[in-house]
Amino acid sequence: MRLNDDEKAMLDGRDGAAVSKAMDLLVRYGDALGAERLVDTRNVCGTVSASTPFMRDFALQKGGMDAVFSEFNLDSDTVVEVPPVKVYSTHLQLGFDPNEAQRMGIAEEVVQFYRKGEAFTAGRGVQLGNTCTPYQVGNVPTRGEHCAWMESSAVVYCNSVLGGRINTEGRESTGAAMLTGKIPYWGYHLDENRRGTHLVELDIDLESTFEWGLLGYWMGELVQERVPVVVARGGRFLKAPNLQRLKHFGAAASSSGGVEMYHLVGVTPEAPTVEEALGGNRPVQRLRFGEAERRATWDKLNSTARDHEVDYVMLGCPHYSIEQIWEACQLLQGRKVHENSSLWIFTPRAIKALADQNGYTRIIEDAGGHLMSDTCSAMSRAMPQGTKVAALDSAKHAHYLPAIMGVQAWFGTTADCIDAACTGRWNGRLA
Amino acid sequence: MSTTTGTSTIVLRGRKVVGGIAEGEALVTTERISGWGGIDPRTGSVIETRHPLRGVSFAGKVLVFPGAKGSSGWSNQFHMTRLMGTAPAALLFNEMTTKIALGAVVTRAPALTGFDQDPLQVIRTGDWVRVDAERGIVEVTRRSTDE
Repeated sequence: MRLNDDEKAMLDGRDGAAVSKAMDLLVRYGDALGAERLVDTRNVCGTVSASTPFMRDFALQKGGMDAVFSEFNLDSDTVVEVPPVKVYSTHLQLGFDPNEAQRMGIAEEVVQFYRKGEAFTAGRGVQLGNTCTPYQVGNVPTRGEHCAWMESSAVVYCNSVLGGRINTEGRESTGAAMLTGKIPYWGYHLDENRRGTHLVELDIDLESTFEWGLLGYWMGELVQERVPVVVARGGRFLKAPNLQRLKHFGAAASSSGGVEMYHLVGVTPEAPTVEEALGGNRPVQRLRFGEAERRATWDKLNSTARDHEVDYVMLGCPHYSIEQIWEACQLLQGRKVHENSSLWIFTPRAIKALADQNGYTRIIEDAGGHLMSDTCSAMSRAMPQGTKVAALDSAKHAHYLPAIMGVQAWFGTTADCIDAACTGRWNGRLA
Repeated sequence: MSTTTGTSTIVLRGRKVVGGIAEGEALVTTERISGWGGIDPRTGSVIETRHPLRGVSFAGKVLVFPGAKGSSGWSNQFHMTRLMGTAPAALLFNEMTTKIALGAVVTRAPALTGFDQDPLQVIRTGDWVRVDAERGIVEVTRRSTDE
């Protein structure tokens, strides 16, 4: 790694011990990657919170939030005092919703501790977006903007849909980027790595978030961390998929595989044509997605599910958009959540405020459901007590929740899920 | 081929990702590993539902795998394995990504990639593996009970 004079001065301690530790980590990380240099970034999304029991105990024993940041955001063996962040930084999702602690089974002292941590975070200048979808609440990178974000579903959205330049960063590298405004110049920051490697041809049209989730999950498993170029049936998408469809698509592809960038020909900014999306690459593989692939993927995503009594329906992975909340409200209208089931919907806190204003929160609560923020069941490991069978409209969540919580999971459409919440039974099937 | 006299040594050469020297028993998988939602740092084992190593612990083992996939919590989960004493002894992998590079750095286990031979083909679970990441050398000693 070659450092410029400014970066060397940071490493040598000009800007204090924390910045020096941050630069030290970036150098070790850049060397590990084989990067030649760092690049400036003014847009960081990461997590600095201590909302899990382990982190809280760590903070209590080792010296508070400075100790947490030193270890988990800088990989520093010594505790350094954390200065304000140097560049615009947004906080990702947390381990619980502090306003719903009781429902999530979080003890009051944990919330108290979190509140102190929240003050620390805000005090250092980190925006408390508290969401896996920063692009829904005001952090919307422009094309070509170099970013340093965690959260695979947000990274793939930033690269592919927005044309930002970004790799999947981790807690430590985003911590270091917050204090330095630097990140290794590697991977998707460079033109040549953004070009398509695989061709994916669709034999069917995709309408819903559910269908886009199926495609993403199937595709991710096959292309892993490469760059698929998706071509619509007939060469042209009749309807451009909107934010929520691409949110579910990218999230699924980055769960079954490690997709950080894709192209949708005629839709995403770097893919006006197949040729431009491939950028001179010869595709290493041509894949087709049709009825058989769709069906096999549905089976895979439902492989943990056996029992039809549904205890819990969780929506909002990645965090629901206001449009999805509106849709859920339409599906819920005039119905009640079954006494043997629960419905939790997760959204960014800022969108929750909009839902409150629109009367949606009220509609959900009147039906017996709950609109919550800042987290989800996989992050918080919190579900309604006694949950054995969950129903989900997110392929990403159907991938993770059974692994993390040991529950059975049904994956279906949003309507299937709302229906399960209101009847207590899973009746979803692949149309 | 005689199977009674134990040990032949195979040498692989690769590029240093994280320096250091370590040795241990190999744990080999041809499937990529998820960090967050894919392992449990408390036990150092894989938890992903359909993963061939599900329930198997990599603590103290030389983990040989294609690379990382999934959530950006990868580095943090492997960081936790170091603090909880369940980290792998060394990491040998083929596909370089930001997840695995950062994860290897904060796990602080010796790590290599870019090999002259495919470690997934050469190394078998149970082999004894010595990793000298500074020199970029991996010495593999076959388990004497080989086939």
